[in-house]
Amino acid sequence: MKVLKLGILWGLIAQCAGSIIGASLVMFIRILMGRAPIVNSWRVDEPLMVVGGLFGAIGFMYGVGALSDWIKIMRGREAPLPHGHDPRGWSRYFGVSYDHKVIGVQYGITAVGVFLLAGLFALVMRTELARSGLHILRLDNFNTLIGLHGIMMIASILIGVAALMNYLVPMMIGATDMAFPRLNAFAFWLNIPGALLVTSSMFFGGFETGWTGYPPLSAHTFPGVQMFFLGVYIIGLSSILGALNIIATVLCMRAPGMTLFRMPIFVWASLSTSLISLTATQLIGLSFQLVMFERLFGMNFFNPDKGGNVILFQHLFWFYSHPAVYIFVLPGLGIISELLPVFSRKPLFGYRWIAMSSLAIALVGFLVWAHHMFAAGMEEYLRVPFMYSTMLVAVPTGVKFFSWMATLWGGKIETPTPMLFVLGGITVFLFGGLTGPPLGTVSTDLHLHDSYFVVGHFHNTMFGGFVYPFFAAIYYWFPKITGRRMSETMGWLHFWLMTPAFWLMTGGMFWVGLRGMRRRIADYDPALGFDTIHLLVTLSAFLIAISVLIFLGNLIYSAFFGEEAKGNLWASRSPEWQVPSPMPEHNYDEPFVVTGEPYDYGLPGSVYIDLHPRPPEPVRGQPPQLEPATGD
Amino acid sequence: MAASAKVVYCLKNRHKLQIRACPQERGVMKYLRHFLNVSVLVIITTFIVSLLLEFLPLLPQQASVEAISIDTMFSMHFRVISFLFALIVVFMLYSLVVFRNRGGETDPGDHFEGNTGLEIFWTIVPLIIVIYFAFIGAQSLADVTRTEPDALEVDVIAFQWSWSFEYPAYGVTSTTLYLPKDRQTVLNLTSRDVIHSFWVPEFRVKQDALPGKDFVRQLRITPIKTGDYMVRCAELCGGAHAYMNSPVVVVEPEEFEIWLISQQNAGETGDSVTRGKALAETMGCLSCHSTDGTTLVGPTWKNMYGHEVTLIDGTRVMVDELYLRRAILQPNDEIVEGFQPIMPSYEGLLTEEQIADLIAYMKSLE
Repeated sequence: MKVLKLGILWGLIAQCAGSIIGASLVMFIRILMGRAPIVNSWRVDEPLMVVGGLFGAIGFMYGVGALSDWIKIMRGREAPLPHGHDPRGWSRYFGVSYDHKVIGVQYGITAVGVFLLAGLFALVMRTELARSGLHILRLDNFNTLIGLHGIMMIASILIGVAALMNYLVPMMIGATDMAFPRLNAFAFWLNIPGALLVTSSMFFGGFETGWTGYPPLSAHTFPGVQMFFLGVYIIGLSSILGALNIIATVLCMRAPGMTLFRMPIFVWASLSTSLISLTATQLIGLSFQLVMFERLFGMNFFNPDKGGNVILFQHLFWFYSHPAVYIFVLPGLGIISELLPVFSRKPLFGYRWIAMSSLAIALVGFLVWAHHMFAAGMEEYLRVPFMYSTMLVAVPTGVKFFSWMATLWGGKIETPTPMLFVLGGITVFLFGGLTGPPLGTVSTDLHLHDSYFVVGHFHNTMFGGFVYPFFAAIYYWFPKITGRRMSETMGWLHFWLMTPAFWLMTGGMFWVGLRGMRRRIADYDPALGFDTIHLLVTLSAFLIAISVLIFLGNLIYSAFFGEEAKGNLWASRSPEWQVPSPMPEHNYDEPFVVTGEPYDYGLPGSVYIDLHPRPPEPVRGQPPQLEPATGD
Repeated sequence: MAASAKVVYCLKNRHKLQIRACPQERGVMKYLRHFLNVSVLVIITTFIVSLLLEFLPLLPQQASVEAISIDTMFSMHFRVISFLFALIVVFMLYSLVVFRNRGGETDPGDHFEGNTGLEIFWTIVPLIIVIYFAFIGAQSLADVTRTEPDALEVDVIAFQWSWSFEYPAYGVTSTTLYLPKDRQTVLNLTSRDVIHSFWVPEFRVKQDALPGKDFVRQLRITPIKTGDYMVRCAELCGGAHAYMNSPVVVVEPEEFEIWLISQQNAGETGDSVTRGKALAETMGCLSCHSTDGTTLVGPTWKNMYGHEVTLIDGTRVMVDELYLRRAILQPNDEIVEGFQPIMPSYEGLLTEEQIADLIAYMKSLE
């Protein structure tokens, strides 16, 4: 029975057992204290739910085997890394593996799974909004769905970002694996119980707060909100640990000769993103934990009647959640920068400027959070300084756009599917970016805040900054994973169905938003005349869903029957394409040496890496001679 | 276009020859024609896009002084958006057409790695533009928040899921926000439960209403057009958030005075049922409980009194005065089957007389 050997199965069983143990513990303590073991019903008994959920998550980590090695080490036993002895075939993706490539694919599958679920929530919501009036949902269902759609999409993007970084960064810098392989596996597996907990909030009445969870509403809404808090807390922990791992890997494990400014540009994006994840994620955990404790222990952090301050929550929350959007888009922009030179057959224009602009966006991103609160009733003197800092974000973002255009200029541009998604991503993100300044200027934001304009802006930035590049990355690196390429025809269909539908969808959102449509409402006044546009938006959402199904079909079909592609399919200079596909177990037989610039397309005789260095390895940090050693 | 042997030689030996750029790398002259084409296309596209944004009815009608200032800011944004959108999209599409691989070409594109002068240029110029925008943005904000000494004061109380408007200088409470034209009104916003947000799209400005005595927030509006509007809650507040709307009426100042006087008189008359009806409106009961038999967030009040209802725990209860009193003061102790425990308690918000009036009104709905 192969199925019985799958780690994930045992993880899920252990999660159920853990939940029961956690809940029983609470009941046992209550009995010892001489109180009733369950208050009302178990579905509204929050201490039972929270402790049960927490124990369930720990149970999952134990059951799946992510803790086994650490337990062995604690007991003084040997725990060698089993790298290289993984079972081959599909089953290795469903249990603990320490191979960064397997973990990358695991992240990828999870991201797509969560993306589909969150997309499904969106379709239900959009169906309700297709016409004014309430049709298929109750108000509390709708309010729960918007929150679930938001947070599940965010989780999916975080997991997708981790997929890209885990799979690509070690290969790109010539490392055999991540710096901390066990921690890497641990960080990945945290996401499964985390996502399950968030989803389970539906069965505890849901939560009516949206993904932002503002108190006092979140302090009074249904008990499901506790599962939402706990799930996000656990996914956040995964994000922090993953980021730590990426930073350590990039800083310590680069191939000889790979100075910081000779890294592939995606590695710069990963480094910038990880710096944000590592230092900001704690704040969303903290803000949610405060509300959680307010509900569990009656602590009045945000209760104005007892001296609490509701604005405090928003400051804490946005201190993470604004930089978080840069966590989502920086890797995507890195993918765009990575792929443009390959398909333009030209060097990346202004490599150092693009690398530094990622860091600049990451740093400025920490100074802008209160622009989400211009109308929230924070101290009024904070508005203008935050308007200045917000507008500054446009500068490094602009540098990226201008450099991309200069990269295309004078090239020999080819447009296979990955390039289509790169170009689509650039235009969609451009419009998302350009609709930012009206939101960043206080007076116009007083009109736009909490309207559908914000919804349109956010969907443009997320699709352009993450979804499009993520699809591009899958089409581009799929042969590296499987040794087969994805169908171009289906890829073409996917792109040309999704792109017009997407523009129609967000175009409609911008339009109704400017005209006065509020976000997060289950029903709207027919007198506003939004019915036709909402119907169009709903139809486009379904078209996007169909295009994603085509993508899924392509993914599964091509994995088994796709055209074989074992070589350097895209004629890339990047290290991972210099070895055959699928990627060998230990990436490179021997450490390669970096001898040139990463993007010198069109410079005769230039090579980026030397896979079989003959002379003794140069000392790390000292670049070898600047001119390529080959030639006459 | 195959790189000539001379260019290859130059590129390889550039350091020995001590020249900074090879012939092929001097892009500007080679691309002069293309740059001219693109410039013309960018100008045309900018013009078309900005005309489109200018003449489409993108914003609701302008009904306040604040809206004028905000719309000026909007049109500046629209112009910049038109230009930047045209700039990038035209450059991209032009490159895609002109610099495409025309099938089977194997030689690479032109080799240039960057240009520090250009990078500095497109860092500094946007920097100046955004600082300028933040500067005029601050001026626009100053316009929008300008205070006038003789402003009319209205206390706005938001609650799940309706609004109540009090005119403290006149002792009037209303469920409709009446505003005089051409006079600034300062709204003192507060909330009884969770965060709400006051937004009349025609007035443009928006402000959250926060719970707590120390968190009263102000919003200033100077209406310039008479007419009927609607204030809609813009901050998700659970349950019937979508329906948290109240009418706003802007009238001529004389008409406003007449309305105030009529309201002052109305408060003193009426029997228990009429007072109860007014109370049900101002306290927001009717945003969740219908009086015509339709089911909203809560049970309807029509034909409720004197009938038995089933609670979620299966017990049956007779709806009498005692039950209704409990339902108003401890609403979540006995939940009627099919509904959720979401009603806020009105303990301390209603006097005994008011509760009696409300119950009298419920009794009358048969």
